[in-house]
Amino acid sequence: MRLDVLNHGYRPGTKLLFAVIRLFSGRPLPDAAKLTFYRPDFYGTRAKEFTHEAMRGPSAWSVGDRELMAAYVSKVNGSAFCIGAHTATATRAYQDEARVAAVLDDLDAPPVEEPLRSTLRMLGRLVRDGEVAAADMREVLAAGATPEQVRDALAVCAAFDTTGRLADAFGFELLSPEGYAAGAKFLLKRGYR
Amino acid sequence: MADRKRVAQQALVDRVLGGDGRASADERARAFRNEGLDPPLDALIGKVAGEAAQVTDADVAAAKASGRTEDELFELVVCAAVGRSARIYDAGLAALEQALAEEGPGHAS
Repeated sequence: MRLDVLNHGYRPGTKLLFAVIRLFSGRPLPDAAKLTFYRPDFYGTRAKEFTHEAMRGPSAWSVGDRELMAAYVSKVNGSAFCIGAHTATATRAYQDEARVAAVLDDLDAPPVEEPLRSTLRMLGRLVRDGEVAAADMREVLAAGATPEQVRDALAVCAAFDTTGRLADAFGFELLSPEGYAAGAKFLLKRGYR
Repeated sequence: MADRKRVAQQALVDRVLGGDGRASADERARAFRNEGLDPPLDALIGKVAGEAAQVTDADVAAAKASGRTEDELFELVVCAAVGRSARIYDAGLAALEQALAEEGPGHAS
């Protein structure tokens, strides 16, 4: 990562934990996880809490839907690390690689059900333009999303807009397909806490 | 019903802006809002809040060369990212509330 403290500035106990993870998993901890261990009282503790609540807390959206939203927001932001991570996690959650690939390729083409499609379209607009109109929200509601689902989607969007920006600013190292797949397995088993 | 997701996000915002830090609270607030920062920090923070994928090694190196410690930069970059995301979260929720208000009572949740 671009700041040396994010590569080497961890407490001895944390460094030991990183070494143990590497030993047992056969790969280093991804930078996205590492970052949350750096001065966790400043960022990591509350960021993990928020992200876990958004991605795994109660919601009418499935985990797969929310991971797909995370991948889509990352795609609009052009955040390579997060596209890889959440494409892999959505794929594993849905057990459907074609569905995820199709949505990320062209939101209008594939057979994505409403209200997910309208919700993704609204999130894309919000991330790209920094704003959405009440009319955009009326479209999403008309497509069948409840107000609660819209709020839940906005939380996913906020969480991954932040993570993607930090990934790009700090320069998270991209993973191999096997690395993303291992991360996806972990995130579906343990979540973000 | 309290939105637990929103509460958790607000706790993160409150911490990065109001808690202890190596950068001053005033400067963290400027990074959060992406305004009022001096060069070369303004360029780095502007990219984090704008086209973050365009951040380069040189942007970070320039900020460090201007005398910023890595811990200050860590905090200010986090504030810039959290701030931009908070703005779009706020904007989305406000647009939703407006849409619901226009639909009239009965749709409120």
